[in-house]
Amino acid sequence: MLTCKEFLAELSDFLDEKTRGELRTKLERHLQECPNCWVVCDTTKKTIKVYKGMQSCSIPDDVHSRLMAAVERKMAAKVKN
Amino acid sequence: MVLQAAGSLCFPAGFVNSFTLWACVAAPFALLWDNGVSRNMATESIPVETPVDDELELVTRAKQGDMTSFSALLRRYEGKIFRLAMNITQNREDAEDVLQESFLKAYEHLDQFLGNSKFYTWIVRIAVNQALMKLRKRRSDRAVSLDEQIDTGEDTVVREIAAWDPDPEQRYSQEELHEILSTAIDELAPIYRTVFTLRDVDGLSTEETAEALDLSVPAVKSRLLRARLQLRDKLTRFFKRKGDDAFAYM
Repeated sequence: MLTCKEFLAELSDFLDEKTRGELRTKLERHLQECPNCWVVCDTTKKTIKVYKGMQSCSIPDDVHSRLMAAVERKMAAKVKN
Repeated sequence: MVLQAAGSLCFPAGFVNSFTLWACVAAPFALLWDNGVSRNMATESIPVETPVDDELELVTRAKQGDMTSFSALLRRYEGKIFRLAMNITQNREDAEDVLQESFLKAYEHLDQFLGNSKFYTWIVRIAVNQALMKLRKRRSDRAVSLDEQIDTGEDTVVREIAAWDPDPEQRYSQEELHEILSTAIDELAPIYRTVFTLRDVDGLSTEETAEALDLSVPAVKSRLLRARLQLRDKLTRFFKRKGDDAFAYM
């Protein structure tokens, strides 16, 4: 039986479905037997899900305009040369 | 009692990995090459009128001098690069400088991008190094590493255990939810915030994140675990099932 420490150390790989074979079986068994680790696993999974659904970041209009102007200046200089 | 991760996940205090500014100074443009095999795409003829979605085609066209294609790449990634720069510098003015410098460098050195990795991974590497340069200028007396403030030994502690509703985010409006998530992620140390954002928000693989940040795969994995657990802890107070009390365990 895995300890909770051992379970936690593998949690990311477990959630990313990167664990296989005997280790995965042990992790799943630990989850069935340890309600606290089940909650940590479930809420970590939901944490990842909620951030995945986060809308993509937008850039302020003024920042975008200055970026475009800088790049266009660079492009124009390159064409000139 | 609290739950703490295995000792192998901990680092000695003051741990600084190879991702230091000294490396950036010693080889400022080494990062601009992706050491892959050239796909020799520059010789391919692509009709200008065709709508272009594929990133490699955009890069190929930009290399051939098509400004519209470079602008399309810029529009695709400017928001993410600005967020990354904010994550590291935590200063809007510096982040804007980093954004501009990164795209200008990318444009200038585009011929050195061989297409062996994603364009996004390549420009993230440029942006991270530009951001670290900014930090160094701000703290002129020493090297700067994204890792420098980690490892208190407390960051894999699970402090609160409480079940959440199946879809707890639905309790909040979009604006409220955005505020909750942004505040929680802003409270992470820069290296955790950066790894989590690239890996779990932007959807890069662990290997791509490692390449973008010049970290080892195990280093990305340990930072990702810490970031996920810390965010989980922070969100529990908003998302825990009503009537349940959070408690620490182990």
